[in-house]
This record gives sequence, C-alpha cells and structure tokens, in this order.
Amino acid sequence: MSENIPLTRYAALAINNEQDLCFGRAPKPLRTRRGIVIGGGEVYPELNFTLPAISVEQSNHREICRQYRQIISSALTRAVELEASGLVVEFETLPPMTENPQWAIEITKILADAMEDAYAKDGLRSALRITPNDTREFIRPPMMRSGEKWERMLATFEGCAAAGAELLSIESVGGKEVHDDALTMCDLGAVIFALCVMGVRDMQFLWTHVTGMAREQGAISAGDTACGFGNTAMVLAEQKLIPRVFAAVVRAVTAVRSLVAYECGAVGPGKDCGYENSILKAITGYPMSMEGKTAACAHLSRVGNIAAATCDTWSNESVQNVRLLGGMAPTCYLEQLVYDCRLMNRALSHGRESSLMLRDWMVESDEGLDPQAYVLSPASAIAIARAIVAERDYYHSGKAAALRAVELLREGARGGRLKIGAREMPYLDRMQHAVESLPEAEDAFIGQMMDVVDLGKFVPKDYGL
Amino acid sequence: MVNLQNLASAIEAGNRVEATKLTKQAIEDKLPAKEMLDAMVGAMDSIGRKFQRNEVFVPEMLIASRAMKESMAALEPVLVKAGIKPAFTAVIGTVQGDLHDIGKNLVAMMWKGANFAVVDLGTNVSPEKFLEAARQHGARVVGLSALLTTTMPAMKQTVSALKGAKVPGLKVVIGGAPITEEFAKEIGADGFAPDAASAVDLVRKVVAA
Repeated sequence: MSENIPLTRYAALAINNEQDLCFGRAPKPLRTRRGIVIGGGEVYPELNFTLPAISVEQSNHREICRQYRQIISSALTRAVELEASGLVVEFETLPPMTENPQWAIEITKILADAMEDAYAKDGLRSALRITPNDTREFIRPPMMRSGEKWERMLATFEGCAAAGAELLSIESVGGKEVHDDALTMCDLGAVIFALCVMGVRDMQFLWTHVTGMAREQGAISAGDTACGFGNTAMVLAEQKLIPRVFAAVVRAVTAVRSLVAYECGAVGPGKDCGYENSILKAITGYPMSMEGKTAACAHLSRVGNIAAATCDTWSNESVQNVRLLGGMAPTCYLEQLVYDCRLMNRALSHGRESSLMLRDWMVESDEGLDPQAYVLSPASAIAIARAIVAERDYYHSGKAAALRAVELLREGARGGRLKIGAREMPYLDRMQHAVESLPEAEDAFIGQMMDVVDLGKFVPKDYGL
Repeated sequence: MVNLQNLASAIEAGNRVEATKLTKQAIEDKLPAKEMLDAMVGAMDSIGRKFQRNEVFVPEMLIASRAMKESMAALEPVLVKAGIKPAFTAVIGTVQGDLHDIGKNLVAMMWKGANFAVVDLGTNVSPEKFLEAARQHGARVVGLSALLTTTMPAMKQTVSALKGAKVPGLKVVIGGAPITEEFAKEIGADGFAPDAASAVDLVRKVVAA
C-alpha cells in the first residue's frame, strides 16, 4: 500500500502573501460527498463531543450507543433550526473503542446514518471525520509499525470509513516518548529530535498507510495534529510549568512534523487541535480546521480569537455530553459554533476587505498578549512557513522554524508589539544558543542525541534509526 | 569545614558539580549525616516553594532535583551506616487506561526531593498492581494520577481496591487536571493536590494524621 503513495516535498509556499491567509478561503478547497466545499469561501462548524465519565466497556455499550444517538440527533436538529448551511462532525474515539474496532464502527454508523437522514429530510449537508486513538503508545516502549495495536488502529480506520466516515484523521504520537521529557526540561535540541527526526519518520510511515486506506475506501485523507506535542507545551505553559516563549517556539517546530501528513497525500481539513495549521495552510494551500475560544470547554488557551483567523472549519475540540442550562452540552456548543461561523461568513460575503478586517481584529486582539498567539498571526505563520520550506531536510527545517520563531518573538518584544514576562526573556537567548549549538549535519545530530536520550523509552528501528 | 548552607544553595541552583563536591567534603569533614540530608531536603523544599510562587519554572526544579540525586548518591552509604532511612515509601502511578505521565513524574521528583522512597509504577496501572506494589514495598502512601475525565472511574476503582484491602496505615492521594477536592472526597481518597509542589505538603500532612 505505502509504496504507491508518492511523497511530495514542499519547496515553496501556496500562500505567499499574508493578505491571502484568511479564514474561509484556501487555494486548494476540498469538496465532500454531500457538496460542502471546505475552504471555498465559507467557514463550517466542526462539532466534537465525548462521553461523560463512564467506563467504556461491554456492559455499558448500550448506554454508550444511546448517548451518541442522542448527541447527534439533538445537534443535527439544532443545526437545521439554525439554518446552518453545512456541518462537519468529528467522532474522536476513546481508547477502548480503537482497541475494539467493532464498537467504533457501530458508533460511526449511528452518527453517519443520522447525518444521512438529516441530509435526506432537511437538506443538511454534513461530513463525518473519524479520529481513532493512536493506541500504539499503550505498550511501552511503543511498537510503532506492527503488532496488535497497530492492526486494530488500522482496522478502526478501515471499518469506520466503510461505515460512513469521510475524513480520516488521527492525533499521532510518534516521538512523544522523547518529547515529554524534552518539554519539562525545556530542551530544544531534544524537541527537534523528537519532532523532526523521530516524529517525521513515523508520520511518513503512518500517513502513507492512512492515505492508502482512504483511497481504498473512497474516503479523504484529512490530516494530523501535533496535539501531544504543541498542545502539551501550551497546557504546561498555561500551568506556569514552562515559559510561554518556549511553548511558542515548540509550536513553530511542530509544523515540520504535521506537514508530513500532507506530503504523504493528506488534503485537509487539518485536525482542529493543530494550532500549527495556520503555518501548514500557508505551505500546502489545503483547508484547515482550527479551534480557540469556543473550545474552552475542552481546554484553556491564549489564542482564542487568533486561531479563527485562518480557519476553514471551526471546532469546539471536545465537550462532555452533560446537561447545561441551555440543553445538552454538544448541542449548546453546536449553537456557539454556528454563530461564530455566521459572523465569519457574513464578513466573507462582504468581500475581501471586510473579511480581512474581521481577521485582523481577531489577530490583533490576541497577538500582543502572548508569544503563543504571536507566532500564529498570518505574518508570523508565513515567515515560519517560509523558513521551513527553504531548508533541504526536516532537521534543518526544524532548526530554521525554531530560530525564526525566536527572532519573531524578539522583534515583537523589542518593538513593543508583544508582551513577554521578565522571567521568560532569558529563555530567548537560551533557545537561540541551544539551536545554534546543534551540529550542522543531521547524522551527527542523531548520533549525539542517541547518546543522551533514554533508549528504553522507544524502539529505534521503529523510527528507522 | 563545609558550610551546609552552601551545599543547599548549590542544589537549589542546580549546580550538580559543586553540590557533589560539597557533599563529599562534608562527608570528609564528618558532618552529621542527618544535617547533610536536612540541608538537601531543605533546598528542594525551597525550590518547591519558589515554584509555587511562580518564581521558577519546572526545568529549574528538575535541574535542582538532578543535583540532589547526585549528591544523595554520594551521601547514601553514610546514611545507611548511620541508620537513616527515607521518611517512608510512596507508590505512584497513572491509573488504568491513562497514559499521561508528565504530572505524575513531577510529583515523583518532588517526593524524592523530600526524601520519600518512591516506587514509580508508570502509566496505565491496574488497581491490582497498585495494591500489590503497596504491599510489597510497605508503602505508607499511594499517589494516583489521571488526566482524562474518562479515566476518573478507574481512579475510583483503584481507591476502592486500596481502601478495601485495609492495608494498615496506607493513605491514598490523588491528582491530575480533572481532579478536584470534591471528587477526592467522593471516592474516599485521603487527599488531593492541585500541583506537584503541593503534593509534598499533602503527603506529609496525611501521613502525620
């Protein structure tokens, strides 16, 4: 399967001008089965949900299916009532569902059938994204390229695609074995090793398989996210465990890893929690899903508005199916997403100047307050994207992304456009020194890192090392 | 004669070369082992408090912890000879179904810095494994971590298993992003810590109770 997927290396940007990097429009829009054109001039809500605290096991299976049936039924009804012109629904499985693919497939069918009914009865156009868990990490050290976990993950993709899921995504974890420690030590060299040596190798292996599977099933290879990397950094920064400037630079480097999915045939929309998607949209031209203020139900962030500036679907990340005053939480969040999208679509309908005005307000309201927002502005995203594609390999792209991000932050702080806390400022010098001290040749870097990383935590041959 | 305040400062600054050198000198000077240990634990307490006050980030704590670890390696034989043992044994792990371990690792680090003997069971740990480890190592405390709301039931099951086994003197403490004081009470845990540094004080408190 994998031999048939040619690898595309991006050497130039699809979007060169920051005025062209905006929500709702992508140079390479995506048409779904029911006619939604993502990135074609309209932003669509992307609803995600999860169960309340419940053991996902056979004895609860009937109740779990009942909950998913209720979630989708209520959400679709509300989408019709609010006259949403389209909707993307994401079913992100819980680990036991990827472990037992038949459970994931059954729930996919519940969701897909309801969505088809809403299309037939009410004309509601929708597309279903399936995101199995990357359960390979449930074995320590993980077996990344073979074994029962890998087989069940693929079976979940295949079965769910056959059951009606149209967009295939995952939050893959290759490289996380080293990255978690790298984050807590603020070790940028180890971050680059995890993302741009280990991560990219795993992404190539994984995404050639996912794209092959998508083609066999008539589904769409959508995209990945560096959630377990960039968002872990973001959460640690929010908890004041690591500096925000470090999380911002990690975000820039994650784009190198997430890009590989598109090199292996993914066409978007990139997964919502990949905040690096603004950089990836500039490189690939594919539409992207994003999340921000309306995902506070899942996690807090400092990028609530700016994340929407470049989105093509707008997501709530995840919300538990619990009762709120307005109704069940997924329905309430569907409504919020619909209104967010209405506003963006209204701006789009007024033309380029209006949509850029709204985009710029969203950017300006966040970018000066946090380094993690600053690196996501259209101008920063294009600068980082340009640094990435200018390099000959992933290692050098990672270094270039990090250095460009440090430079952007330094310029922002110096120019008074960005607030950086006093105790964070020394980290800019530390990060720059760390990257500039890395060996020039990737082989030498790998040799150096293999001497210091914990080889008990991963299987080098599973990364081609 | 080595000034133990200098040893504490070296550990707190994460200067492991200096800290190890001062430890060895202090041993040669035949300073009381307990005083050396107290200086080291005091240094980790101090950096933990700085972390709680948002004066340092985690890397600074980790670097201090490494300095302490190397100094402890030098001090260990002296402590054994003097009959000084770790305060008590604590077992820690992330509950079944949950693979997140950053928070758990930070708590383990802080506990080691407080001179607890720590048995780290890793992630995705079943209730049976927690119980077995607590018995095998004579633990006074078991720490449970969870990041996912969907693994909170596993935390409840683990607390039930540990409490149901009625191991004399055993306390169970919990933590993790979705965990609250209220949830800890609801499932019968002995305590809850909102962050790694607080987990040291929490354990000292529940063990003393």
